[in-house]
Amino acid sequence: MADRLPPKERMKIPRQSMPEQDAEQRACNFEEVNLGLDSAIAEKEAQRCLTCADPKCSHGCPVGVQVREFVDFVLEGEYLKAAAKIREDNVLPAVTGRVCPQENQCEGACVLSKRFTSLAIGHLERFVADYERATGQVGLPQRAPATGKKVAIVGSGPAGLSCAGDLVLKGHDVTVMEALHEIGGVLVYGIPEFRLPKDIVKGEVENMRKMGVKFETNVVVGKTVTMDQLQNEEGFDAVFVATGAGLPKFMNLPGEHLGGVYSANEFLTRVNLMKAYDREHSDSPIYECRDRNVAVMGGGNTAMDAVRSALRLGAKNAYIVYRRSEEEMPARAEEVHHAKDEGVQFLNLHNPVEFLGNDEGYLTGVKLQKMELAEPDDSGRRRPVPVEGSEFVMPLDVAVIAIGTGANPLVQSTTPGLNTNKWGYIIADEESMRTTREGVFAGGDIVSGAATVILAMGAGRKAAKSIHEYLTTGEW
Amino acid sequence: MFPITEAKFLAPDVKRICIEAPRVARQRQAGQFVIVRVEAEHGERVPLTIADSDPDAGTITIIVQGVGKTTKLINMLEAGDALADVVGPLGEPSEIEHFGTVVVVGGGVGTAIAYPTAVAMKAADNHVIGIVGARNKELLILEDEMRATTDELHLMTDDGSYGEQGFVTQKLQQLIDNGVTIDHVLAIGPIPMMKAIADVTKPHGIKTIVSLNPIMVDGTGMCGGCRVQVGGTSKFACVDGPEFDAHEVDFTILAQRNRMYRPHEQQAVADLEADPETQVAQIKHCQLQHQHPEVGPKTK
Repeated sequence: MADRLPPKERMKIPRQSMPEQDAEQRACNFEEVNLGLDSAIAEKEAQRCLTCADPKCSHGCPVGVQVREFVDFVLEGEYLKAAAKIREDNVLPAVTGRVCPQENQCEGACVLSKRFTSLAIGHLERFVADYERATGQVGLPQRAPATGKKVAIVGSGPAGLSCAGDLVLKGHDVTVMEALHEIGGVLVYGIPEFRLPKDIVKGEVENMRKMGVKFETNVVVGKTVTMDQLQNEEGFDAVFVATGAGLPKFMNLPGEHLGGVYSANEFLTRVNLMKAYDREHSDSPIYECRDRNVAVMGGGNTAMDAVRSALRLGAKNAYIVYRRSEEEMPARAEEVHHAKDEGVQFLNLHNPVEFLGNDEGYLTGVKLQKMELAEPDDSGRRRPVPVEGSEFVMPLDVAVIAIGTGANPLVQSTTPGLNTNKWGYIIADEESMRTTREGVFAGGDIVSGAATVILAMGAGRKAAKSIHEYLTTGEW
Repeated sequence: MFPITEAKFLAPDVKRICIEAPRVARQRQAGQFVIVRVEAEHGERVPLTIADSDPDAGTITIIVQGVGKTTKLINMLEAGDALADVVGPLGEPSEIEHFGTVVVVGGGVGTAIAYPTAVAMKAADNHVIGIVGARNKELLILEDEMRATTDELHLMTDDGSYGEQGFVTQKLQQLIDNGVTIDHVLAIGPIPMMKAIADVTKPHGIKTIVSLNPIMVDGTGMCGGCRVQVGGTSKFACVDGPEFDAHEVDFTILAQRNRMYRPHEQQAVADLEADPETQVAQIKHCQLQHQHPEVGPKTK
C-alpha cells in the first residue's frame, strides 16, 4: 500500500507508459499489443491522481465511471474493490480499458492534462479488470428483487450489453438476442484479437450471465422472430433495439466486385469472428495476404484494425490509403502510432478511383489519385480535392474498404410503427431513447450512426434508466 | 445446439436432413434460407435453402450436396447428431402470386431450392410446369415431390439414363416453340444453367427469376461479401435476394466471385477426405463441449 504524496510531489511523477509487445515481433502474431501494467507501475500511476473535489474525468465518461474512487482503491492496493467500484457503472471494464478513446473522454477531461499529461485512467481500468479476472473473484453488484417484467435486448454489442447489465440489476428479466453465433457484436467480429482478445469479451459476458442476463444466439429479430411476436406473444414488456450500424459502405468504383476486394466488415469478420488468422484450424478462408500487397481505404479505427490484421496475415506491403492528411485522420493517435511502428505504410492524400483486375476476376491493382486540401467543409475538416493528372497505378492483391458503415435495415423494415430518418437510423428521443413505437427503445449506433464502444454503452445506460421508468410507471 | 431428427441420402452426396429449429420452422417462407455451422469452434457459416418445414413439429428440412468441406461434413452426420448453429429464416421470400402458367426449372440439387417455391406457386393457383434435370438418373432428386406439386413434369438427364435425354434449357425452348404461353419462370441450379435459361427466355420477354448462391458470411447484410451485380448495381444477396431477375444478373461476375477461395476449398476437402473419421469425431467432441445453456422459448 502506498501513502498519498502531497500534490506537488504527485505532479512530478511522469505518466507511466504501457508496456507493449515489441513492434517487429507483434506484427507477426495476433497476441495483444499492450501487455498491461504491473501493480508497482499501477500504484505509481495512481499516485498522480489529484483527487479533484469535482472530478472532471467522471463527467467526461459516457457511463460515468467513478474514476477518483476507483483510483483511490488502486493506491491502497485494494484492486478488487477498485474493480467493483468500476462495475457499479460499467459492465465491461476489461473491454473499455482496452478500446475506449480515453484521450477524448475521461483522460481528455482530466485536470492534469491542462499542464502535464493526463492520468492513464484507461490503463488503470484495464489493470484492475485484469487483476480481478486473474483472481476469479469478480465483485458483481447486488441485484434488486425480481420485478416480473421482461425486457428483450436486440443485439449483443456494447449498447445492448450495457443496457442489459443495468436492467438486470434493477430486477428485470432480461434476454439479449444476437444474430450471430457468438455474443459481443462488434467486440467479437470487428475488433481484432491483438487489441481485444475474444476471451476478455467471453469473460465479461460470463459475468453478465452470473448477474442473471439470458443470452440467445442465432436470433435475427425481424426474421427469426418479429417485434410483434416479441411484444404480443412472447410477453416482453419492453424492447431495446441496439443493432448497431453494420451495413458496409462501398465506394461504387469500377472493379469493386473483383476477387480480393473486401468491405472492412467482411475482412475483419473473417479474421476475428471466424478465426481465419488460425489457418491450421479455421474453416473460413481469407484471401491470401502472405507476401502480397494489401491496401486499406480509409483512416478510421476500423481501417487501422484491418491494415494491422493484414500485416499479421503476412502482407509484404500493407498500406493505408486516406484521402486527407494525417491531421484529419479519425483514428486514435495510439492506433496510428502502433500501425506505423509495425510497418504500415501511409499513403495520405491519396484516393482510389478504380480497381483493376485480370481476366479471371481477381484484383491486380488500384488506380490512385493524389489529393490536396482546400477550404474546410461542413465537418470542419479541410476538404480534399483531386490533383489533376496525378493518377497512377499501384499493384495490389487485396483491397479493404473501410470508409464507414450505415444503418442495417432488418429490424426497421419489419417493424411497423418504428420510424427512421432519411439515412435509415431509428428515430429515438435523445433523453428517453423512446422510439415512435410503444414499448420499444433504441440506442447506440443504430440511432447515432457509427460511434465508439463507450458512447454506445452510455446510450445503453440511458436507455436502461428510461426503460426502468417505463416499466415502473407503465406510462408511455 | 440444433438436433438432427432425420438424415437420408437422396442421391450420392445429396442428403435430406431435418433439423429441430422451432422458430425458423414457424417463420420461414418459400425462397428463404438458413445459415448453419456444423462445428462450434472453427466451423464456417454456410447458407443453405430451406426445402421444407413443419411448424408443428418445429423442424426444417435442408437438402445438402456435399461439395465443400462443411457440406461434406454435414452429410456425414446422422439423426441424433446436431448442428452447432442454425440461423434464419434469412433473405426475402419468393414473390408468389397468380401469374398464370409458371415454369419451375430445377437443375441438380437446385431442385431442392425450386421445390418449396413450386409448392407455393401451385397454392397460388398457378398452372405449374416442372422441368427437373440432372447429369444422370442417380442424381435426379425430388421426383415424387415435384410430380405431386406440378401440373406437368418433364425429367431430363444429360446421358438419357432417365426421362428424356437433354438439358433443361432444351425442354424450355421446346415448350416455347410449341406455343405454350409462359408467364413466369423460376430457374435454380448451377450458374451456367441459370444463365442459359435466362438466355432462352430473354428474347421472349418472359419474366425469369433465379436464386443466387454467392459466398456469404453473416447473412444479415453486415459483411457485403455476397454482393452481386444486378442491373448494373450492387445488391446483397442475403437481404436484397437471394432471388433476382435473371435478365439483370451479371452471371460472369457471380461465377468469378464464387471461385475466389477455390484453392482453399480444394485443400480443405483433400484434408477431410484424407481423414474423415477424425474430423467427424472432432465435431461430435465439440458438440459435447458446447451444449448451449440458452434455449429459445418453445413455440409449439
